[in-house]
Amino acid sequence: MAKYLLLKHYRGAPAPVNNIPMDQWTPEEFDVHVKFMLDFADRLEETGEFVDAQALSPDGIWVRHDGEGRPAVTDGPFAETKDLVAGWMVIDVDSEARAIELAGELSAAPGAGGKPIHEWLELRPFMSEPPTVTE
Amino acid sequence: MDEVELRELVPQVLSVLVRRGADFATGEDAVQEALVRALSAWERDPPVDRKGWLITVAWRTFLDLTRSESARRDREVRFDSEPPAGSVPATDDTLHLYFLCAHPDLSPSSAVALTLRAVGGLTTRQIADAYLVPESTMAQRISRAKRTVAQAGVDRAGDVRTVMKVLYLVFNEGYSGAVDLAAEAIRLTRQLAAAADDREAEPEVDGLLALMLLHHARRPSRTAPDGRLVPLAEQDRGEWDTVLVAEGVEVLQAALVRDRLGEYQAQAAIAALHADAPRVEETDWVQIVEWYDELLRFTDTPIVRLNRAVAVGEADGARAGLAALAAIDADVPRRDAVAAYFHERNGDLELAARLYAEAARTAPNLAERDHQTRQAARLNQVLREAGS
Repeated sequence: MAKYLLLKHYRGAPAPVNNIPMDQWTPEEFDVHVKFMLDFADRLEETGEFVDAQALSPDGIWVRHDGEGRPAVTDGPFAETKDLVAGWMVIDVDSEARAIELAGELSAAPGAGGKPIHEWLELRPFMSEPPTVTE
Repeated sequence: MDEVELRELVPQVLSVLVRRGADFATGEDAVQEALVRALSAWERDPPVDRKGWLITVAWRTFLDLTRSESARRDREVRFDSEPPAGSVPATDDTLHLYFLCAHPDLSPSSAVALTLRAVGGLTTRQIADAYLVPESTMAQRISRAKRTVAQAGVDRAGDVRTVMKVLYLVFNEGYSGAVDLAAEAIRLTRQLAAAADDREAEPEVDGLLALMLLHHARRPSRTAPDGRLVPLAEQDRGEWDTVLVAEGVEVLQAALVRDRLGEYQAQAAIAALHADAPRVEETDWVQIVEWYDELLRFTDTPIVRLNRAVAVGEADGARAGLAALAAIDADVPRRDAVAAYFHERNGDLELAARLYAEAARTAPNLAERDHQTRQAARLNQVLREAGS
């Protein structure tokens, strides 16, 4: 049992095979894509492997502390930021092999022409709890 | 009666239902329903015969569930509405439930979830909380597990070995949530030991129980008040639970005299030798190495070899430990941490500091990462001060 994060990027991932941006798809192609994502999450819930899925707005800003009693400073958004996370899915699976299998399936979400996007997803293991038996 | 005592009755009640002809999946749902009702009804009016109450309510619930299902399928109800006279269930029935829940067709996480619910009597919500997944996900995991068991056939259930693997997982990989999974694993292993004792003396079950008791005894000393991990060598042994240690040692000794050694007994023996040392300096590392050699006969894994290398280094010195490490692959988890420790003792502080930092980078959990980071920081400070 281990949790993994499937991370989807707006920017920063290697280019997908079917590399036509979403706003160039037909409305039908877009609907098919959205339905695929929802069905994928539903299916994971049915297999008892779903934990969480969230999408992020691309409009992030940077924030930092600026000294006691002073308001926090903000900066950005920076259009040139190399790496931009679009959203994630968290799964709870029995093995890394299963996590890779699921990430591969998610990467096959249909895009332009109804063909799989083959986009690159980042797969990151969660830190677990320390085991009880230590020697 | 507290919740744990109530849950003790779960496998017995479920066994009675199954013996009366209930299918495992629906019967299990009915028992859960009866448990929920008991928790509210017994507060006002606790019954004298608690098990009898649970059996009656669970059986009625089962009939209701079956009837509504039958009605949907327009079929006749084939069960008598009056339950046949109940008898005390044989421990074999409880044992069979354990075997069902550890069916070899189930994935480890499914077997764990099903065991905690059908044998442990925990609710789906409690299990979901314990493993940090949504309740709906856990509900699906459990109902799929039940379907798998039903399809695969109840005759081809698991055995005592698959059950022990499941219980070991519950004990070793629990989160520290509202449900104390380590305590629950101990309770279920005790129950398994009692049930398995009747038909066939299985010393490994006692070995597993002893292993759990001996590790559980150290729990208060494993983490500092601020949450940081305290390694075995630095633990305050005065905090170890002497009652649990005594019980663990007694259970282990009774298992060992039956002369059928296995991996859990060997692991428990190692834990017992640690428990036996009032101060870390008095640890009998030579005997611990011998037990690791026994353990390797049953389970020759890189992790056991790594732990053996630790014991060798403690018994024969850091150089011997490093020599033992040389035979272990570089990508074995925690190898860098062990290498760092022996290099430090061997006086090579720079290499040790680098290896501690590397161990932190590859640590599988936060507590260990923080621990290795502190070790690297400590050595780097020493090196800076020596250099200035």
